[in-house]
Amino acid sequence: MKIHQFDVVVVGAGGAGLMAALYASRNANTAVLSKLYPTRSHTGAAQGGVGAALGSEEEDHAEWHTYDTVKGSDYLGDQDAIEFMCEEAIEAVYELEHMGLPFSRTSEGRIAQRPFGGHTNNVTGKPVRRACYAADRTGHMILQTLYQQCIKNRVRFYDEFHVIDLLLANGAAVGVVALELASGELHVFHAKSIIFATGGHGRVWEITSNAYAYSGDGVAITLRRGIPAEDMEFFQFHPTGIFKLGILITEGVRGEGGVLLNDKGERFMEQYAPTVKDLASRDVISRAMYIEMKEGRGIGGKRYLYLDVRPETVNKYAAQDGRKRPDGSPYVVTGEEILSKLPDIVDFCRTYLGVDPVSQPMPVQPTAHYAMGGIPTNKFGEVVTDENNTVLPGLYAAGEVACVSVHGANRLGTNSLLDLLVFGKYAGIKAAQFANGTQFQTLPTDPTDFTRQQFDALLKNNGKEQAADIAAEMQSVMNDYVGVFRTEEGMLSAKEKIQELKSRFKHVKVDDSGKTFNTELLNTWELGNLLDLAEVTTVSAIARKESRGAHARDDFTKRDDDDWLKHTLAWQRDGDVELRYKPVVFTKFQPKERVY
Amino acid sequence: MQVKLKIFRYNPETDKKPHYETYKVEAEPTDRVLDLLEYVKNYIDGTLSYRRSCAHGVCGSDAMRINGVNRLACKVLVKDLKTSKITVEPLLGMAVHKDLIVDMEPFFEHYRSMLPYLINDEPPPKRERLQSPEERERFDDTTKCILCAGCTTSCPSFWVNENYYGPAAIINAHRFIFDSRDRGAPQRLEILNDQFGIYRCHTIFNCTLACPRDIEITKAIGEVKKAVATGKLD
Repeated sequence: MKIHQFDVVVVGAGGAGLMAALYASRNANTAVLSKLYPTRSHTGAAQGGVGAALGSEEEDHAEWHTYDTVKGSDYLGDQDAIEFMCEEAIEAVYELEHMGLPFSRTSEGRIAQRPFGGHTNNVTGKPVRRACYAADRTGHMILQTLYQQCIKNRVRFYDEFHVIDLLLANGAAVGVVALELASGELHVFHAKSIIFATGGHGRVWEITSNAYAYSGDGVAITLRRGIPAEDMEFFQFHPTGIFKLGILITEGVRGEGGVLLNDKGERFMEQYAPTVKDLASRDVISRAMYIEMKEGRGIGGKRYLYLDVRPETVNKYAAQDGRKRPDGSPYVVTGEEILSKLPDIVDFCRTYLGVDPVSQPMPVQPTAHYAMGGIPTNKFGEVVTDENNTVLPGLYAAGEVACVSVHGANRLGTNSLLDLLVFGKYAGIKAAQFANGTQFQTLPTDPTDFTRQQFDALLKNNGKEQAADIAAEMQSVMNDYVGVFRTEEGMLSAKEKIQELKSRFKHVKVDDSGKTFNTELLNTWELGNLLDLAEVTTVSAIARKESRGAHARDDFTKRDDDDWLKHTLAWQRDGDVELRYKPVVFTKFQPKERVY
Repeated sequence: MQVKLKIFRYNPETDKKPHYETYKVEAEPTDRVLDLLEYVKNYIDGTLSYRRSCAHGVCGSDAMRINGVNRLACKVLVKDLKTSKITVEPLLGMAVHKDLIVDMEPFFEHYRSMLPYLINDEPPPKRERLQSPEERERFDDTTKCILCAGCTTSCPSFWVNENYYGPAAIINAHRFIFDSRDRGAPQRLEILNDQFGIYRCHTIFNCTLACPRDIEITKAIGEVKKAVATGKLD
């Protein structure tokens, strides 16, 4: 066992982790631990854009962005944090540009912006160009740019160090335990401040846009150490995943004028969201798609619909909608323009489907995409551990792993990249400030004890259960019963199944007992995380007897502000899940009916 | 269909030297090679090790040699290979840690030596630096790089001498050299004008063929070569 000491330790090297590292390292001795090489992080898969009311192409305001985000959250987002994020957005995007991010450009040389779901001109209600983009690889460019800046600023990286445990002492966070993949050695990182930026957990579900690495490590680790998880019942299903594979097709396709069509060739979103149609919020569109498929209007009666961005289709509906370019001319696109704005989408479809989106429609279905819930924090990234928002000294979280909450019950597209920039930055600043005002606390005796216990349980149980079977059964039941539409009966059966899988997991088989790159051991440990999060998600969802944002129940179809306008906090206690609740923060916007 | 999957195996803890194992696997023509590796790892031999994450060709983790050509395992489908015999090996020219996992450190060292970040000490404006769509287009292609190392490890010049910076490093230099906002071109061109630099490229095009992002790497290297030779950027 090796022990290292740093003022600040950042866990995870996606957008939030790198942003935190850049800011923390300016004022404190900082290390970044990542189970992947930083450039492999899932931020790189984000496509369509980052939201900021720059007004490059048309009138826009941070206040409009704030309102849209509050409305998108189905009023569960904390409005102080949302205001803060939307105001900080403009500076954050210009800062990225100054760092060298190659945004696409307008003819005047400004950062190009495209429309995205739920982002509107608050006066007309029509879509507004707010998503700042770099073709359809905005996340890739953010990840690359932040990594480049970390190289420039000589940030210290421990690549392929997989964090397994968080160390607490005297009510404060004092370190983490990580396994070095190459050697199999355990390392203890003793720190004054620890920032979790480990991403999400979409691998709980069968059809997902998420990377294999998205196994919910951060939330699982903190739950095991007595920290609650907030609003876990809210998990976003993105409307347009590639059929069966779940690979993301950006909302930017619809921003550029693409439309969803059913088996009859109808643009069905006109029925569900008459004003913004295909640019409604993601929860609204995913539900509409499920209803279309349930009522037999999936393509050929199957479980998919068409996303059509062929120029003739785009131009037909743009003319019907009276859509104009910012200069006032009618919106007309060519195949070349589609290809230049959406090159990766075209590539994915050609590679995986043999479909060319310029001349054929794309078969799509909703895909598990983003965790609105996570480790509870305040707007400075400080982790809070109860209904009174009591801060846990030395612990921070940012990005998808955190629940600030700015996304509430449903996140708007482009706000995830924004979230990781703003809260990554402030978590980094706060963590360094805290570290500079405090001493190293003593580590617990035998700091790797709990980590070794967890690994021993996997390696020494002589089990016969196949991890892959357990994973597949979990993913299937979660997709069926804790997905886009939910019922009490379905969720109870899911809960029972997950608990059965958790007991089978105690007898899981791990063949590899070696030290060098024991990926089987780590993947199996990750499955344990996913099972924990599946359970917490399901229990939180069963309790919430209403429909709000991404949590849509067939047995409680209305939003219930009298009883449920509150955040869920879930603790793991003696093998069970305990739920408590805390109020939502309001500033300007009182809840009203949500219509698009 | 049944596929015969022959995989390079090496465990430094138990094997004196590498060997190959062949696995018979049921596959759909639309399966990714990564799906077959996952099957072997999940159901036949859990010790099989490789890197993977996004599984759709954007993170760059799973570059490997598939039937002799560098590919991302998640971006090549069984039907694309036009044979039921598939051989999977680690990238060439890098030390093998275990099975398909190679030591990536020297690769990232070459990348870092290109000063791969915007160099511009002029105080930025309050808003964005302006850049025309044409100026932005000038370096668009090389911004797509995901650092998978498929190009560099397919390059015979790199195989001959691992000190050669290699195509991935050079195109990341290109991405900044031709960015109208950057002022670091002279430094980078000087770095590339040495014995392990740009002239080791002999226009073999393996890099371009290997790139999973369809970057025209040889062309970009040619542009850098010209800039080194002439000291001019147009």
